[in-house]
Amino acid sequence: MTHAATGHHTSMGLDSRKMAFWAFIGSECLLFGSLISTYLVYKGKSVVGPYPHEILNIPFTSVSTFDLLMSSLMMVLALAAVQRGDMRWGKVWLFSTALLGLVFLGGQVIEFSEFMHKGLTMSTNLFGCTFFVLTGTHGAHVAVGVLWLLTLWVRALQGKLGPANAMTVEITGLYWHFVDVVWIIIFTVVYLIQ
Amino acid sequence: MNEEHKHPSVDVYLRVAAALVILTVLEVGVFYVPAFHPVLVPVLLVLSAAKFALVVMFYMHLKADSKLFTFLFGAPLLLAVGVMVALLFLFLGALTLKGAGAAGAG
Repeated sequence: MTHAATGHHTSMGLDSRKMAFWAFIGSECLLFGSLISTYLVYKGKSVVGPYPHEILNIPFTSVSTFDLLMSSLMMVLALAAVQRGDMRWGKVWLFSTALLGLVFLGGQVIEFSEFMHKGLTMSTNLFGCTFFVLTGTHGAHVAVGVLWLLTLWVRALQGKLGPANAMTVEITGLYWHFVDVVWIIIFTVVYLIQ
Repeated sequence: MNEEHKHPSVDVYLRVAAALVILTVLEVGVFYVPAFHPVLVPVLLVLSAAKFALVVMFYMHLKADSKLFTFLFGAPLLLAVGVMVALLFLFLGALTLKGAGAAGAG
């Protein structure tokens, strides 16, 4: 308990959990780098449709992108509230972040259903395979983030989250923002550069 | 070292959010304006990189945090970008081993 409150610090004075989490995010860069590379390498190599320009819905995905960007704002507002001990707003912002994450996931479910209805599945062509693996992996990360945020929110409701645990909220935020920056790249590379 | 004191203020967070929204609107706008199509890819990549940098620097606090965190994130990121560029060169034929077919046949 004392450790949780005071944190585990390295000899450099840095929080060891935060350092470990940055190393984890570094490994995630390589994971998403490989998936984006695979998408780009097979881009334009499909011999049967549906092709990206026939099926991708830019206005719909732009709204999803806006939603995820705003969730990142909610996340930093939650961190700032927890750090200053304002748990009332901390709970509001944490729940708002999770809610916007759920909205993003709902949008992805609608998008995937629409694509499947139009005949694009993982086995249809190279575009379908690489698209679903890349965006599906990202969506799975968002789902994990939403569960993590809701867990924090429940802990806050129980009074078990406060300024002493601000580092826990900050690490959750690092994960959430990373998911956001990955989407920034996916939105450009997959949706806008067709 | 108390890292929390170095975090940006709520005002900065709101300004960054506004910049992110403007950049996203620009991205989508550029996509729909035919005049931009000859330079669409570089413009979109620059706008995307700006959004990426804003989130990483201010929301993930790398601008103010220890440089070690920047290294832990930046080194694998550079490696991932390097692998991506190498694969694109190899698979898209920008690097062609000219005469390899003839040498193989011989």
